[in-house]
Amino acid sequence: MTAATLIAFRDVDLAFGDHLVLGKLTFEIHEGEIVCIVGPSGCGKTTALRVAAGLIAPTRGEIAFAGAPVRGPRRDVAIVFQDYSKALLPWRTAAGNVSLALEALGTPRAERPKRIAALLKRVGLPRHADKFPSQLSGGMQQRLQIARCLAQEPAALMMDEPFGALDAMTRQTLQDEMLEIARATKATIFFVTHDLEEAIYLGDRVIGLMPHPGRIGIELKIDLPRPRNQVTTRESPEFLRLRHKLYDFIHASEKGEAA
Amino acid sequence: MKALKALALPAALVVLAEIGARAAAPSDSVAPPSEVAAAFVQALADGSLVTATRDTLMSAFAGLAIGASLGLMTGILLGSLNVLDRLMELPLELLRPIPSVAVIPIALVALGFGYRLEIVIVAFACFWPLLILSRAAVDGVEPRLIEVSRALRLTPLQRTVKIVAPAVLPRVFVAFRLAAGISLIVAVTVEIAVNPQGLGYEVMTAGQALRPDLMLAYVLWIGIVGFAFNAGLVFAQRRLFGQAARVEAAR
Repeated sequence: MTAATLIAFRDVDLAFGDHLVLGKLTFEIHEGEIVCIVGPSGCGKTTALRVAAGLIAPTRGEIAFAGAPVRGPRRDVAIVFQDYSKALLPWRTAAGNVSLALEALGTPRAERPKRIAALLKRVGLPRHADKFPSQLSGGMQQRLQIARCLAQEPAALMMDEPFGALDAMTRQTLQDEMLEIARATKATIFFVTHDLEEAIYLGDRVIGLMPHPGRIGIELKIDLPRPRNQVTTRESPEFLRLRHKLYDFIHASEKGEAA
Repeated sequence: MKALKALALPAALVVLAEIGARAAAPSDSVAPPSEVAAAFVQALADGSLVTATRDTLMSAFAGLAIGASLGLMTGILLGSLNVLDRLMELPLELLRPIPSVAVIPIALVALGFGYRLEIVIVAFACFWPLLILSRAAVDGVEPRLIEVSRALRLTPLQRTVKIVAPAVLPRVFVAFRLAAGISLIVAVTVEIAVNPQGLGYEVMTAGQALRPDLMLAYVLWIGIVGFAFNAGLVFAQRRLFGQAARVEAAR
């Protein structure tokens, strides 16, 4: 059970001008782990993800990925953005959007159709290959973005509130599909959300950030059995206990901010 | 049936014009459509119409090609490089309001009569729509898509070809259509004002020779040329951006 460390934050400070967004952030994510980051708005959770993905460089401190310092985005780290409609190319079909990642990776042209078909099937869009993003529903667009990310065969998936804009039913379906993908690919997942129940339901570990500057306020190990179930898991006493604890923390850190 | 309906009103107007012009005859400014048509056939037969059309279109096309490509390149450059954009903002904003007709005296002194004069002025006029719209288009590329290209580690060339170019192309083509319309207007204007060649010059000389039939024949012909030009571009736009247009419509 002692998996190797994949992503390590070491005393990470991030400042925009005088404003310190992240302060001495230190934590580790292990291989194959699903870590969910929650916290009140403005606590820097999305910023932490962007730093981990190499989209922003930390002001001080270091991010390591598989032991090597992160200097920029990596092809084996895929980022799932919240605003799926903006992250897809509107002039390319579903298949074309998945193809973009394969083109970036230099996958030979002849191999692409097979890979694309397999990836679209995996996210449940096998019959929508020739549709344009605007012809797909929100949930389908997010599935498509996930397919493009999976095309990178990532060691880690960085997911920035991926289901935040979806309706409750679609969100639950996608949560279960994501867990299935994580199980099948053994990918490490860094998942940012503002939905506390979602964090507990998905995560092996939940980290709660406090704002000004963003720092770790609580860390919960989630030992709920897998596979998880939208009804029974959410009804279990342990789930409710963790939910209570997390709500208390968020409430306290929001109150602290108001004071 | 639909085509017939669309033609009904123009046909009625032609008949009315015929009656009206015959009642006003003789006139130095109007001629009945039958005489206009006869003058048109005459000009076509003696080759003057063909020569004039060729002269005007050559100047318009060459000016459009030069002005539009310079405008496009400058626009993309300014849209991509913020520093350059800020440096160039004042000079460009000072040059832009100058009407292209106001450039005629300068160009005439520098270049004399002929194709070059006309091409330079058309190019000046066509430069601006391409510059402004392509700069805005590059500036308006969804920042999230640029981030996606970073996350996938696309090379600058791949990013330009796969993300930026397709994102700006439909808007650039709209700018090109705008410039194409301007090119014909400016070419004819230069010919009427100073340059002794092309369709504009023929309109001028026919008017001065008190030949309203020939003058109107040329004016109508300019309208037909412009209409055909635009129709060709609309057709090309549909063919090139059919998919993108469909996506826009579905939104």
